[in-house]
Amino acid sequence: MTIVEAFKHLNDAYGINLSIVYDPFDRERFVHGFLMTLLLSIVSMALSIVIGLVGAWLLGGRSRLLKGATTGFVEAFRNTPPLIQLLFFFFAVSPFLPGAVNSAGQVTPLIGGVGWAIISLSLYAGALNVEIFRSGLEAVPSATREAAESLGYTRLQAFRHVVFPLAFRISLSALNNNMVNLIKTTTLAYAIGVPELLYASAAIWSESLNVREMMLVMLATYLLLIAGYTGIMNRVERALRMPGTDV
Amino acid sequence: MDHHKLGAPIIVIKGVEKRFGETVVLREIDMVVHRGETVCIIGPSGSGKSTLLRCINALAPINKGSILVDGVEVNDPKLDKLAVRRKVGIVFQQYNLFPHKTALQNVMMAPVTVLKQDPREVEARARALLKRVRLEDKAGSYPGELSGGQQQRVAIARSLAMNPLVILFDEVTAALDPETKKEVLVTIRELAADGMTCILVTHEMAFAREIADTVYFTDGGVIVESGPPSQIFQAPQNPRTRAFLDLVL
Amino acid sequence: MFETKLTARGVAIAFAAAAFVAAVSLAHAETASPAAASILSLVVKWLPLIFTGFLLNLLVSVLSMAIGTVAGVPLGLAQIARHRVVQRCASAVTQFTRNAPWLVLLFLTMFLLPFQFRLFGQSIPFPAWIKAVIGLAIPVMGNVSEIVRGGVLSIPRAQWESAESLAFSPTQTVFKIILPQALKRMLPPWMNLYAILAMATPLIAIVGVQDGLTDVRGALVAENRTDLLLPLYATLLAMFFIYCYPIAMATRALERRAEVKF
Repeated sequence: MTIVEAFKHLNDAYGINLSIVYDPFDRERFVHGFLMTLLLSIVSMALSIVIGLVGAWLLGGRSRLLKGATTGFVEAFRNTPPLIQLLFFFFAVSPFLPGAVNSAGQVTPLIGGVGWAIISLSLYAGALNVEIFRSGLEAVPSATREAAESLGYTRLQAFRHVVFPLAFRISLSALNNNMVNLIKTTTLAYAIGVPELLYASAAIWSESLNVREMMLVMLATYLLLIAGYTGIMNRVERALRMPGTDV
Repeated sequence: MDHHKLGAPIIVIKGVEKRFGETVVLREIDMVVHRGETVCIIGPSGSGKSTLLRCINALAPINKGSILVDGVEVNDPKLDKLAVRRKVGIVFQQYNLFPHKTALQNVMMAPVTVLKQDPREVEARARALLKRVRLEDKAGSYPGELSGGQQQRVAIARSLAMNPLVILFDEVTAALDPETKKEVLVTIRELAADGMTCILVTHEMAFAREIADTVYFTDGGVIVESGPPSQIFQAPQNPRTRAFLDLVL
Repeated sequence: MFETKLTARGVAIAFAAAAFVAAVSLAHAETASPAAASILSLVVKWLPLIFTGFLLNLLVSVLSMAIGTVAGVPLGLAQIARHRVVQRCASAVTQFTRNAPWLVLLFLTMFLLPFQFRLFGQSIPFPAWIKAVIGLAIPVMGNVSEIVRGGVLSIPRAQWESAESLAFSPTQTVFKIILPQALKRMLPPWMNLYAILAMATPLIAIVGVQDGLTDVRGALVAENRTDLLLPLYATLLAMFFIYCYPIAMATRALERRAEVKF
């Protein structure tokens, strides 16, 4: 008896319907959903880290205008619901942008659901990253920076070789918390019809009528995804540990 | 003290004034340090001793006067600060090692990044320097794993790796317990004996008396009195010097 | 004085954001439709309904926070219990409820809880919004549990030992010595959690509960005007901002005060 048959039997005899194992269509939907969640997570993480770094850099700069704008961005995004931010972008901002003409000659939105999900998630997590990196940079003692400068480092060299590596280590655990939250927040893309893991699972259970089973499978998948991320980051944290310190 | 071993003037300070806002912390400072000389600056806390060192290293700008380091004017708006800092090393009270790098890497970093020297050649020199401060077995340890005295000796080696003409010591033993203090003082004594030009701000009177060629006593931002240790410690001319020494000796 | 300055900054940010959105949408409206002036009146017209929906968001947030806290505190204490099995189970439940996405937990409760239940032979309906409250209370519980654990563990060991040396029982030590001290450290993250929860409440619209977000979408359908999209969504965003920003400011002020003290 093959595995596929075993799971069919499980359904017929016990009513445990794991259609994603024996039904190729459901399986493909589920795998694609998982990959989409992965894509949303990884791209948004990368962008949000870039946003966080740029924001923290602007906050440390001289221009009051840029500082004020950055603060406004951070406060606006971290004090409003991420779901409404996403809908705001997808429904309210999107119509303002010029459309693109596809091969069939129809006008389609320049940025689709996946694009807006990535933009919205990146901005939301990025706003939080700005705060995380800023406090990390602030936590590097000015004496350490001065020690580097007294050794002849330029400001840029001191930042690259001393201040940033220290600030990054100090920020790392808060950053990881935020990135775990970002993975969880990718589920919001469901609301604009992006076929990520939650959307795919919901599609499967409403057609295959296996709500209970799919819920558990989906939940387990999310937990494994987050466990995987945490596992990798624990290794990174261990590799970056500075012996004899709390960081 | 015999001054025969002293060479040409290497640091010439004239009429230096330094203010923090309205507060004058240094006033009318004159000082000449010769190659190979060991200078100790003593005086009560808050008398501007540490500020003077920071001014020499261009970490703090001065408001008036002139500081020449090996012929380079530090009080010049167009000054290449890095050029001065490559000539002058500084060791801080709180060590300020880079906690994410091992002792060896701490010593190697600046020559490799700043002077762009060959890492292999730098490593050999760094290991020799660690040996000189008796820490060759701690090359792979991180600052957090070292005692205060060990960290301070790494900091000295880190400064030496840049081959400076002068090293400034800013109360380098103030944060150490008596036992580790000794290790650091031994290292500094050897450096001075080897002919390195050293300027120390210190509260260790016995040590200053032993190794200094010239002692400066500062109080309230001015140099009250200076001279060979025999004069300052045994026959101080100024009553303020006498009062201070009575208090600490 | 410090507080007033912070609030002033928040008002300034909110005002600037609202002015920006209003300007953009009016500029857009002028080119798009001749009835530009009516946008403001339309927003005003729908404002009461949206605000009523927003109040439900707040009600849900308060109830979820209350339930989640009441369940989370004992769970957090169980995480540091001496009893191995209790401790392991509490940790597992905490990790599970903290790491699962909120929206997934919401789906879970909406689908798996019955829509009515029988008590003393009578069937009592289980309205969707109450299920939503429970769905949001679950992750709150996990996070509160972790806050309690962290807060208690942040109290130095010496405090436990000195209490023990004074013949306090373990329970007395926890409730009379440790928790009162830990409370000060638990308050900022707890407030932060509440702000996150308040901002998560629009999720209930996805699972079919009528809240502020549902009302915005309803208004948009009723008016069927694209130039209303931006102002109406911005209105709802502004409501959340005006509610959440002071909480965030107070949290940061508390954190800063704690930093100065320790």
